[in-house]
Amino acid sequence: MKIVVCIKQVPSTNKVQLHPETNTIIRDGRQSVTNPFDTYAIEEAIQIKEKTGGQTIAISMGIPETERLLKDAVGRGIDQAVLLSDKAFAGADTLATSYTLSLGIRDLMPVDLILCGKMAVDGDTAQIGPELAEQLGIPHVTDVTEVLEVKSNYLICKKEIDNGYQLLKVELPALLTVVKDINMPRMPSIEGVLQSETVEVIRKDAQDLKAEISKLGLCGSPTQVVKTFMPERDSEAIEISGSTEEKAVKIKKVIEEVLGNGGSKD
Amino acid sequence: SIKQKRSETINRKKTSGIWIYAEHKNGIMHPVVYELLGKGRELADKSNHKLTAVLIDGESSHWAKELIAYGADRVILCSHALLESQQDEYHFDAMTTILEEEIPTIFLFGATSFGRSLAPRIAARLQTGLTADCTRLEIDDVCGYLYQTRPAFGGNLMATIMCPDQRPQMATMRPGIMNAKEPDYYREGTVKRVNYKGEIKPRIEIIKEIIGEKKKSIGDASVIVSAGRGIGSQKNMKLVRRLADILEGQVGVSRPLVDIGWSEYSHQIGQTGAIVRPQLMIACGISGAIQHLAGIADAKTIIAINTDPEAPIFSVANYKIIGDCVEVLEMLIRSDREKQN
Ligand SMILES: Cc1cc2nc3c(=O)[nH]c(=O)nc-3n(C[C@H](O)[C@H](O)[C@H](O)COP(=O)(O)OP(=O)(O)OC[C@H]3O[C@@H](n4cnc5c(N)ncnc54)[C@H](O)[C@@H]3O)c2cc1C
Ligand SMILES: Cc1cc2nc3c(=O)[nH]c(=O)nc-3n(C[C@H](O)[C@H](O)[C@H](O)COP(=O)(O)OP(=O)(O)OC[C@H]3O[C@@H](n4cnc5c(N)ncnc54)[C@H](O)[C@@H]3O)c2cc1C
Repeated sequence: MKIVVCIKQVPSTNKVQLHPETNTIIRDGRQSVTNPFDTYAIEEAIQIKEKTGGQTIAISMGIPETERLLKDAVGRGIDQAVLLSDKAFAGADTLATSYTLSLGIRDLMPVDLILCGKMAVDGDTAQIGPELAEQLGIPHVTDVTEVLEVKSNYLICKKEIDNGYQLLKVELPALLTVVKDINMPRMPSIEGVLQSETVEVIRKDAQDLKAEISKLGLCGSPTQVVKTFMPERDSEAIEISGSTEEKAVKIKKVIEEVLGNGGSKD
Repeated sequence: SIKQKRSETINRKKTSGIWIYAEHKNGIMHPVVYELLGKGRELADKSNHKLTAVLIDGESSHWAKELIAYGADRVILCSHALLESQQDEYHFDAMTTILEEEIPTIFLFGATSFGRSLAPRIAARLQTGLTADCTRLEIDDVCGYLYQTRPAFGGNLMATIMCPDQRPQMATMRPGIMNAKEPDYYREGTVKRVNYKGEIKPRIEIIKEIIGEKKKSIGDASVIVSAGRGIGSQKNMKLVRRLADILEGQVGVSRPLVDIGWSEYSHQIGQTGAIVRPQLMIACGISGAIQHLAGIADAKTIIAINTDPEAPIFSVANYKIIGDCVEVLEMLIRSDREKQN
């Protein structure tokens, strides 16, 4: 079984800062982390490999600094890492990103399974998984909470839907996006860390991928972000003051006002 | 420039107005469809377009009248026994059949779990742009550009996005934000039937569907009492639970409490936890980190209790209490007990 995991570098959002004038996100390579949802995809790939044998590969489209995160994935047990990096990839929307990733993955074919996170915490679209699957011509399942069985040509998984779950049998090759509930990611092991120090991250640029330049990056992106702004905040909070007892009385009043009767019918 | 080159090569097939996708399941139309029709109607009137609802359904579909009453000028109906269930691949295949004949200038979907899986697949097939989970849509009535506004960064940043060159301009719309119109059952409209052959061999099989099995999640709770590190100790979590019980609500927590094992992950609120929309939230000892706020943007009324007058949680709260949350919790619980006696 050959499993590819897509990982995205996101700002370590603890320190998210917006530029005061342009209101754009100030990105700083050193303060970036692996998209939290992708750590679950990494773990799932490793767990599946532990059962079926085979190979796991992490792939990312990003700036050169992303290499650090790919090495961290190797530290956790991923076998190989590929970084798609080129100035021409910059500014990609989901169509251009999924196109670029599809070329990187084509070079790794035959691949049995592709795992993505449910969504990236910055762009937040959750569109890369389905768009990538379409560009590769394979089926996809979003929001997978459990992979129950993996055979050489199919797998069985549980998918979260708006009001419940579906149990699905999916022909391979396929792409899954995974949610947090799926597993508990492990920490890097000592052997893993040693491995990650020696592993050579494979680098590919637009030329290596034989990409159509007009489909890459900002130029290849049908969508354009024309404006960003901070969401409007409602008016300032009303302060409730006094002794603890007085506060409690006033809070009760507010609760009664909001809920009508002091208790909700949930 | 390359950008120009690309737009020259775009699909200049004649476009036919504004379309919305009518998602339904087990005989129930998803409420977001009426919202899409309401918004679609407004955009169509402003830009002089026709509004079409795309209905993919089993053989005995009866929804067309309803969709017209809620604002559609036309219904594209693609019906086949295989389309009865919400099988993604058949629906996607039916959709590509429809889109082979004509494409819209704007195509809107509900940002439901089904819509957010189907729409990107269609966008990639048509090689066009898709804006995710929009909360506002405006149309430029001169050029017909759709300005699509959406929260990103877990709700901490709003972005307005457009798709100038490719068609359709596609968006998924967050449910519960737009208003539906009152239905008018005298409204007239047309129905276009599209023949579906159903010749694909699906690669995904639905073995079983479990509806409503999901644990009652805090995402649905109308009252939440939430705690952060400021709650101080694990034993104080009992107070939080108690107040939540009194208010017939649920307990929510910030991530550090999950990390140290005081609560289960299913109670975590925030960017990497649950997104909640309660009528009332009482936030105890939560600082209001950007990732936490991402989960509570839709809370109606927030009462925040924190010892730090500068805590960022106060910037989103409706009521602020500067003080020890444990004391306040104890007092609220005690006064309830007195009321009972
Ligand atoms: C404010 C803002 C709003 C945006 N809105 C839109 C929009 O509405 N529509 C649109 O098309 N684009 C949008 N973009 C651009 C979009 O964020 C980028 O295209 C980004 O490269 C991928 O999208 P995402 O972060 O939404 O990923 P998601 O689709 O949320 O990510 C899902 C999964 O895909 C994989 N993945 C994503 N990116 C990569 C990568 N670079 N390398 C490897 N794996 C990856 C990961 O496994 C990840 O967990 C927006 C960007 C910003 C800054
Ligand atoms: C990628 C990423 C994803 C994340 N996702 C999430 C997420 O989904 N959800 C989440 O919550 N966090 C998330 N975090 C963590 C987040 O950044 C914050 O660290 C976290 O929300 C802080 O939790 P807190 O408010 O409980 O703790 P703190 O920030 O430590 O705040 C404690 C607060 O309690 C107050 N306090 C102290 N004593 C008292 C008292 N006696 N009475 C009243 N107030 C008191 C203090 O003044 C302080 O404001 C994420 C972080 C990263 C990097």
